[in-house]
Amino acid sequence: MSTIDEKAETALKKKALYGPDIDLDSFKSDAVHHDYDPDLANFSTGEKKHIAEVGILASHDERTGSFMLKDHSPVHCSVGQDGIELLSMRDALKKYNGLPDYWWKAIEVDTDKYTAQAAVAFHDGFFIRVAPGTKAQYPVQTCLYISGEGIAQNIHNMVIAEEDSELHIITGCTTAPHLKKGLHVGVSEFYIKKGATVTSTMLHNWGEEIVVRPRTTVWVEEGATFMSNYVCMKMAKSVQMFPSVRLMGKNAVARINTVLVATKGSDLDIGGRVSLEAPGAKAEIISRTITTGGSIIARGLLIGQVADVKAHLECSGLILSKEGRIRAIPELDGLVTGVEMSHEAAVGKISQDEIEYLMSRGLSEQEATALIVRGFLNVKLEGLPKELQDEIERVIYETGKSVF
Amino acid sequence: MLLAIENLTVEIAEKEVLQDVNLMIGHGETHVLFGKNGSGKTTLLMAIMGFSGCRIIKGKITFKDIDITHLPINERARLGIGMSFQRPPTIRGVKVHDLIRTFNNNGEETIEQIVNSLHFKEFMERDINLGFSGGEIKKSELLQLIVQNPELILLDEPESGVDLENIKIIGRVIKKLLQKNLRRQRFKAGLVITHTGLILNYLEADKGHLMLNGRIICEGNPREMFETIEKRGYEECARCQR
Repeated sequence: MSTIDEKAETALKKKALYGPDIDLDSFKSDAVHHDYDPDLANFSTGEKKHIAEVGILASHDERTGSFMLKDHSPVHCSVGQDGIELLSMRDALKKYNGLPDYWWKAIEVDTDKYTAQAAVAFHDGFFIRVAPGTKAQYPVQTCLYISGEGIAQNIHNMVIAEEDSELHIITGCTTAPHLKKGLHVGVSEFYIKKGATVTSTMLHNWGEEIVVRPRTTVWVEEGATFMSNYVCMKMAKSVQMFPSVRLMGKNAVARINTVLVATKGSDLDIGGRVSLEAPGAKAEIISRTITTGGSIIARGLLIGQVADVKAHLECSGLILSKEGRIRAIPELDGLVTGVEMSHEAAVGKISQDEIEYLMSRGLSEQEATALIVRGFLNVKLEGLPKELQDEIERVIYETGKSVF
Repeated sequence: MLLAIENLTVEIAEKEVLQDVNLMIGHGETHVLFGKNGSGKTTLLMAIMGFSGCRIIKGKITFKDIDITHLPINERARLGIGMSFQRPPTIRGVKVHDLIRTFNNNGEETIEQIVNSLHFKEFMERDINLGFSGGEIKKSELLQLIVQNPELILLDEPESGVDLENIKIIGRVIKKLLQKNLRRQRFKAGLVITHTGLILNYLEADKGHLMLNGRIICEGNPREMFETIEKRGYEECARCQR
């Protein structure tokens, strides 16, 4: 047994710091095998439509590479640009002798029972490595799909952006439309080296009884940038994640944007943590959350470890129904003099003045509300290629229409 | 009569702000509302538009022979009432363009022509009123009004915070909005709050009203009233009580 597994064994019952505790034994650990298909276009029309809602295109146009994991089986993996490597995680571990310099380096395997399960009952995941100086022309899309009723999907992903490389990843996570129950555990390790830029856009579209526990850690070196956009607007029973970014080199930059809608029955505990560890590091965490009956905890934590760093945190929440609840928990932790960190948080309802102003232009109360809500969710995702921005706006617009 | 206000008494936060206000505006007429800060002018406009903060205690508002006293704001807008706000709210994430495209353009000009006449192109992609200067707010308001094309136009200090060059632009647009170019077929009416004479040059107003402590206490020729106010103040103008 490896030391990783041994360490994991000790944490199999360890509750997570945040979020409701989940009985992992109530999910099936086995899933049926799905065959590999060299062409995403061969997927059923229903499936294609469904994954398109989380930004995954069946045509390979405007995508540098595509990866799809269905339950526990990698069913597709293709890449069309030199210098960009896209593999299933299992294949990458084989090819690189277990990736000893990276595997479980950025995140402790005994963090909690979810990281432990991802280690001892590891299924698969994606591995992306961008060679030095290579710039991905289009985003790489990765889709993590659950179709088997009641199964657990234990994923471990890894992204290595070598020096001065550039990569955009769209990760679409979703379940088959009929699916009721499922568990998604996802460990992701990002290594962003000197001068590299990685944008990670995650669109989630879960089902009513789906439990989601991502565990993401990002290491950002000198002059490198990490941008994360997380959009979750459909029902999920419970999502808890608190991705952790370490800005380890001079002038490293992190931006974390979160857009959430919690419908009735959803319990979302989502945040971001950025540790600023070198001079010139900059971070921004922005969340826009709406509840139409569900519960949201929006966390944010900035840790200023050295002087000459700058960071800002912003949590805004709108409560649009009597039953909903939003707790905004912004936290600043300055360890030395010379850090510049700030936060704003606001939770409330849509201002009557704004609604009535739009009504005076002839919009009905409902139309006015919908327009204000869309505007509220429309976070300016700086540095995002237009194609990606359009994609997110489309998702916001589409899901916005169905919620309101 | 296009608009008839009879014995209107209005409360804001349980405080009486308008008392027994009577006002008649016919088709094609432009009326000006004078009065000190806090005299109730904006409240009257808000009450006509139907804002929830203005609680009508007594009286009646009729527009085109329809009793609108308790109609929702958007239905009043659809009947043909439009308002330019002095301090409109900021709506984050919603671009001016996003709002304009929800309107049916009822006017004669294309939206592009209107935008150009107001020199407003660069603001179309900005969040509504976010970081707008006084002049930019007025232009944004007028742009929305022109596209909306109401029959009764309520303007709350359309010239405040606007520089002299832009007053010309805004003045010309208001003139057009009120169909001052038409003589016989003019049917649009206006009710305008102003503190300066600058906009009067463009309005060709038919009638002035003076408000004091929530009441309309006199009416007359708007230019004469403005001159009296300018020379001798609001109280003196009120004293003449024609």
